[in-house]
Amino acid sequence: MATVTERIHEYLRHNKKFPHVLCPGCGHGIVLGSMIRSVHALGLSKDDVVLVAGIGCSGRVAVYVDFNTVHTCHGRALTVATGIKLANPRLKVLTVMGDGDALAIGGNHFIHAVRRNIGVTALVLNNSIYGMTGGQVSPTSPCGTTTTTTPLGQLERPFDVVELGLACGAGYVARATSMHALLLDRLLQEALSRPGFCLVEVISPCPTQYGRKNGFKTAVEMYRWCKERAVQRDRWDTLSKERQAESFPIGVFRDATQAGFEERYYAACAAAQEKRPCPPGK
Amino acid sequence: MASKKRARNEIFAQGNDAVVEGALLAGCTFFAGYPITPSTEIAEGMAARLPLVPEGVFIQMEDEIASLGAAIGASLAGRKAMTATSGPGFSLMQEHIGYACMVEAPVVIVNVMRGGPSTGLPTSPAQGDVQQARWGTHGDHPIIVLSASNVQECLEMTVVAFNFAEKYRTPVILLLDEVTAHTRERLTVPESGALEIFNRVTPSMPPEWFVPYEDGLRGVPPMPAIGSGYRYHVTGLTHDKNGFPTSRPEEIQALILRLFRKIDQFFYDIQITEGYALEDAEVAVVAYGSVARSARLAVDLARQQGARAGLLHLKTLFPFPRPAVEEVLRRCHTVVVPEMNMGQISREVKRVNAGPAKVRTVNRIDGQIITPQEILKPLVRG
Repeated sequence: MATVTERIHEYLRHNKKFPHVLCPGCGHGIVLGSMIRSVHALGLSKDDVVLVAGIGCSGRVAVYVDFNTVHTCHGRALTVATGIKLANPRLKVLTVMGDGDALAIGGNHFIHAVRRNIGVTALVLNNSIYGMTGGQVSPTSPCGTTTTTTPLGQLERPFDVVELGLACGAGYVARATSMHALLLDRLLQEALSRPGFCLVEVISPCPTQYGRKNGFKTAVEMYRWCKERAVQRDRWDTLSKERQAESFPIGVFRDATQAGFEERYYAACAAAQEKRPCPPGK
Repeated sequence: MASKKRARNEIFAQGNDAVVEGALLAGCTFFAGYPITPSTEIAEGMAARLPLVPEGVFIQMEDEIASLGAAIGASLAGRKAMTATSGPGFSLMQEHIGYACMVEAPVVIVNVMRGGPSTGLPTSPAQGDVQQARWGTHGDHPIIVLSASNVQECLEMTVVAFNFAEKYRTPVILLLDEVTAHTRERLTVPESGALEIFNRVTPSMPPEWFVPYEDGLRGVPPMPAIGSGYRYHVTGLTHDKNGFPTSRPEEIQALILRLFRKIDQFFYDIQITEGYALEDAEVAVVAYGSVARSARLAVDLARQQGARAGLLHLKTLFPFPRPAVEEVLRRCHTVVVPEMNMGQISREVKRVNAGPAKVRTVNRIDGQIITPQEILKPLVRG
């Protein structure tokens, strides 16, 4: 407990007034805790960590933590993060986005940031709902989900964040839930120490907006549902099709990172400058 | 404009090339853009030049929203950053222009105006984005909008745009039109160091004393680069002086008033106009962009025909150079405002006209330039 208090004092902003905006039972705080533990475990300087967040409940976590924090427009976290990383490749750039943030309004930026392999660690906090605006359908809401904008149930097919990341060619792709804090710590540490684009999806339940509309009476019930359905990837592969359909795999899906775009860009520039030196400003 | 000591070299270049030269002279080391006619040559020029500049970064993003987003990110990380686009791309950038205003990120946005609305006339000139540049992003906000009328001015005004962005921590929009951007003529590229270059003020106090958005006399807080040890929160939400979101009326008001004040109180630094034959003018043209060149010839022709004509050439469009325009309105019986739109700066001229002067408009929206003869008619008829 003493270490937890120490971490809190070291990494949370003292001059920011609490209480925070997150609802009781929200999974996002667990992710923030994991992020802090991971940065601490890796021995990163707070000055070198940049947390770039989008809009929504997930976007609000940035304000509490004592890193360089940037709260961007809805869906645009990866664009600003790309600029920061290219401007100063020494920085550890993390983005925190929600599912609607990353995959609906920011979907184009997401697939291109992955394709470009910019050296950013992207966390997608997936609660399958637009929480902050009061519970509207998101691109990861499963078929049949009841939301304020799908009173008849969601009829569209959802995105699978991991599959999308893999298809776009991300070098590191992993998934955990906020019920698996130790796994999440490990995944975040791996993602933060790899080059190139690293994607970590966190299934982070929203009891307030998703749970209440979809038959979960309490946050505990929702977390239990989540824990039971999350299966380690190697075990999930051995399950029958029917069992697979009612569960989802967690763990690491790809770990084959390559040098990030910024490294390749500066290397190419250095080679070009050697061939054709040019005075500054000309 | 700062003194130009001696020409380093003279080249035959188009306005878009001149923007590239100006940006590099101003110290720009980051460009993010997306191809769009008629501004593409700026991106191409930056793509060729920036990799040879120490730490220079060029990146082609997936769209214009991302382009300005990346430029803002680079600006927050301490770079002088810019992007360039045209009408449709400028529409996409509006969201991030507001963000740059709110987080006070210096950034230069070049918009080479083409015919609109929508896809419009990609290869024809227009001036239809003037009021969009002023009011395009939502919410009440101050903005600096500049223009250029020839190739040399493209270079000069790009440098001015960077200087204003850095000095006032604000996005600066440079409006060109397709004619200015694509006309090729002699360009004198000043020697590096011959121009006055302004760099943003960075904090000098220890990080623990730093208050990110503290008000001061200038109203422009010092801006640390991300990673320089001054950790703070950047947000598009209305924030207090510490950068944290607020909904307290007094803190909201203090922020918005400071954003306006930091531009308004330096109005006389920002207002750039050029008078031509105005000393004894009884009838005057108020023009900007490539139209100002037609207007200058029209004034010469009118003088030959005995009319006492003059020209007020606006290089700063917003904040609107009211004192200079008011002086012309006071002294002339007629003021002609020719524009390649249905009347966007003429609205401003009419708004500030408190006397008996008549404000005549000459409008063209057919993708063609306004000729000197078209401006001449109302000048000699009065």
